[in-house]
Amino acid sequence: MNLPRLSALIVKELLSYLRDPKSRITLIGPPIMQLLVFSFAATLEVKNVDVALLDHDHGALSEELVAHVRTSSFVREILPVNGPDELRELIDTGQVLMAIELPDDFSRNLTAGRPARAQVIIDGRHANAGQIALRYLNSIAGRMNQDLRFELGTIRGAPPSGGPVAEIEVRHWFNPNLVYRWFIVPGLVGILAMLLSLLVTSLSIARERELGTFDQLLVSPVTPLEIIVGKTLPALIIGTVMGNVMIAAGVFALRVPFTGSLWMLELSLMLFILSVVGIGLTLSSVCKTQQQAILGVFSIMVPVILISGFATPVENMPAWLQVVAQASPLKHFLIIVHGIFLRSAPGSDVISNAWPLAVIALVTLTLANLIVRRRLQ
Amino acid sequence: MRARRLLALVAKESVQVVRDPSAILIAFVLPTILLFLFAYAVSLDIRNVRLGVVLENDGPAARDLAADFAATRYFEVLPVRHRREVGDMVVSGLLRGVVVIPQDFDRRLATGSRPAIQILTDGSQPNTASFVSGYAEGVVASWLDRRSGLAGTGAASGPAVVLEPRFWFNPEVESRRFLVPGSIAIIMTTIGTLLTALVVSREWERGTMEALFSTPAGIVEILLGKLLPYFALGLLATLGCGLLATTVFDVPLRGSWGALLALSASFLIPALGQGLLISALARNQFVAAQVAVFSGFLPAFLLSGFLFEIDSMPPVIRAVTYVIPARYFVTGLQTVFAAGDVWSLLVPSMLAMLAIGSVFFAITARKTRKSLDR
Repeated sequence: MNLPRLSALIVKELLSYLRDPKSRITLIGPPIMQLLVFSFAATLEVKNVDVALLDHDHGALSEELVAHVRTSSFVREILPVNGPDELRELIDTGQVLMAIELPDDFSRNLTAGRPARAQVIIDGRHANAGQIALRYLNSIAGRMNQDLRFELGTIRGAPPSGGPVAEIEVRHWFNPNLVYRWFIVPGLVGILAMLLSLLVTSLSIARERELGTFDQLLVSPVTPLEIIVGKTLPALIIGTVMGNVMIAAGVFALRVPFTGSLWMLELSLMLFILSVVGIGLTLSSVCKTQQQAILGVFSIMVPVILISGFATPVENMPAWLQVVAQASPLKHFLIIVHGIFLRSAPGSDVISNAWPLAVIALVTLTLANLIVRRRLQ
Repeated sequence: MRARRLLALVAKESVQVVRDPSAILIAFVLPTILLFLFAYAVSLDIRNVRLGVVLENDGPAARDLAADFAATRYFEVLPVRHRREVGDMVVSGLLRGVVVIPQDFDRRLATGSRPAIQILTDGSQPNTASFVSGYAEGVVASWLDRRSGLAGTGAASGPAVVLEPRFWFNPEVESRRFLVPGSIAIIMTTIGTLLTALVVSREWERGTMEALFSTPAGIVEILLGKLLPYFALGLLATLGCGLLATTVFDVPLRGSWGALLALSASFLIPALGQGLLISALARNQFVAAQVAVFSGFLPAFLLSGFLFEIDSMPPVIRAVTYVIPARYFVTGLQTVFAAGDVWSLLVPSMLAMLAIGSVFFAITARKTRKSLDR
C-alpha cells in the first residue's frame, strides 16, 4: 500500500464533501439541530392529558375524586360533558385521551362503606399513553381509598382496618428523577452519527460509478485496498468528528450526565462508525446508481434502527428477532453509550459490547474489498 | 397545458420507475418489512423484564412474596441471596430492577411492625423503570391484601373507588393496532419525499432537466409529469400496506378504503411538494438525500405522534408539529383503522395537509424558473 497515493485519495474524498458549501452545511447543521429538537420531542412520558368527565353524581366524594385528578401533574384540563354522545365525540376526535364516568350512586356507596365503580374510557389509539395514565389514576384512587378507610374508621369509632402494611422504598438508580432526556440523547447521538456516516458512505462509490469517475480511478495505479481505505478513512473522520460534536452538545447544552470513561467512548464510537461505514461501503459497491445506494441503505437501516432498542427495549422483542438484532451495530453501541453516559460502565462491560462491533466492521469491510476487487477484473 | 405532452412525460417517468429496482424496493419491499416489524417486533408492550429478587432470609412469608413476583407474566425473575450479587448486573444492563426482601421481613410481619421492601430500578431506561416500580408496588399491595384476607380482617371490602377501564378502539390493548397504521406515514414519507427528492435532483445533476426545459413542454407539465407516477406509486403502496395490515397482520380497518386512500392522497401532496422543493434547492443527490432524511423522514418518525405522544412534548416542539404533515396523517391513519370514518377528524386533517402542500408548491414555483440560470 502506497502512502502518498492513499493520502491523495483521502484528501480528494474529504474535499468532495467539504468543498461545496451546501454539502458542508448539510453535514454539520441538520445533525445538531435534530439532536436539540428531537431530544425534547422523543419522550414516552405522559403529560398534558385532557380528561372528559361525565358526572352523574355531583356528590361530595365524586367532587373530591375529580379534584384529585384535576390537580395531578399529568392532567392539563378536565372537560365536563353532559351526556354520552358528547363524551364519544370528544374521544373520537382525539380531543381527550380518557374519560371518567361516575354513576349517580358513587358518593352514596362510599359513604355507606361500599365499593363504588368509576368507568374509565381510554382512547385505544394511544394505548401506551393510556396505560400509563391509567396507572397514575390507579395511584390516585389508591391514595383516596386509604384516606377513606382511615376516615371511616375514625368516624365509626372503630380502629382503622388492620391488616399488614409494608413500607416500600423505591429508588431509581442512575437517573433518580427518571428524566427521559437522559435516555434519549445518548441514543440519538448514536442514530444521528450512524445516519450521517451511512449517507456519506453509501454515496461514495455509487456516486463515482454514476458520474464516471470510478472508471478513472480504475485506470490509475490505485489498488482496490487503497480505494476502500481511501473511502473508509474520510467517512470515519467525518462520522467521528460529528459524533463528538453531538456528545459535547449532549453533555454541555442538554445537560446529560456523563459518568463513564471518555476515551472508552471515543474508541467505541470509532469502532461503531467503522462498522457502519463497512455496511455502507458494501452496499455502495453493489449499487449502480446513487439512488439505489441511498434507498438500499435506507431500506436496511430503518428496520435496523427499529430493532436496536432505541425506543422500545430489545427484551420486548421475540427471541428470534433478538438474535437478528445482534447483527445491528447500533444495538451494541446503544448499550455502550447508555452505559458510559449513565451507568459508569466498567471496561469489561464496554469490551463485551464492543467486540461485536469489531467483528461487524471486519466482515463488512472485507466484503466491500472483495466486491471492489471483483469489479476491477 | 397539453394533455398529450403531459401523458408522454408521465409515460416516460413511469417506465423509469418500473425499470429501477430501488423504487420498487421502497414502495413494496421496505413497507412489508416495516409492517412486519411493527406488527411483531417493535412493541411498546412490556414483556420479559429481568428482575432480581433478593431473598435475604428464608421465612415462609418472604418466600411467598418472592413466589408472587415469579408468577407474574411481566417479570422474568432471577432469585439471589445477597444484594451484592445483583448490583453489577444492573450496571451491565442484565437486570432492569431488583426487589430486596430484607432479613427481618418475616419477623416484622409477625410482630406487627412495618417490614420494609426496597425496589431498585435501572433508571437509565426510564420507561421500563417506571413500569417496574409501579408494577412491583402493585404485586406487593395485592400480596398484602391477600394476606389480610387470610387473616380475616376483610380489608378487601369497605369503601373503595374501583376503576373499571375500557380501551375503546383497541380493547386487546396491543400497540400494533396503532403502530402499524402509523407506520404507513413513514412509508409514504419515504416514497413521497425521499424518492422524489432523489429523482428530481438526479435530473438536475445529470443535466437532463435542462434538456427537458429545451423541449416545448412547460414547467408545470414537466414537474407534473415527474410527480404523477410517484403519486400513483404512493397510492398503490397504501393499498398494499392496507391489505397486508388487514389480512396478514390482524389489524382491522374499521373505516372505509375510500377514506384511507383519500387520506393518503392528501398526504402525498405535501410529501411530494416537499421532495420537489428539496430537489429544486439542492440540485444534487447527496445534499437532497441528507435534507430529505433530516427534514422529512426523521420528523415523520419522531414528531408525528406515531411513536412519541405529541401532548407530552414541550410547547415549542408541539407548535412545530403543527407544520409537519405527517402529524395529521398519523392521526387520520390511526382513526381510520381503529375507529372508523370519523369525518369530523379526517376532514380537518386533510385540509391541513393540503394547505401545507400548497405552500410547498408555491415556494417551489418561485424557485424554479425555466432558464439555465442557477
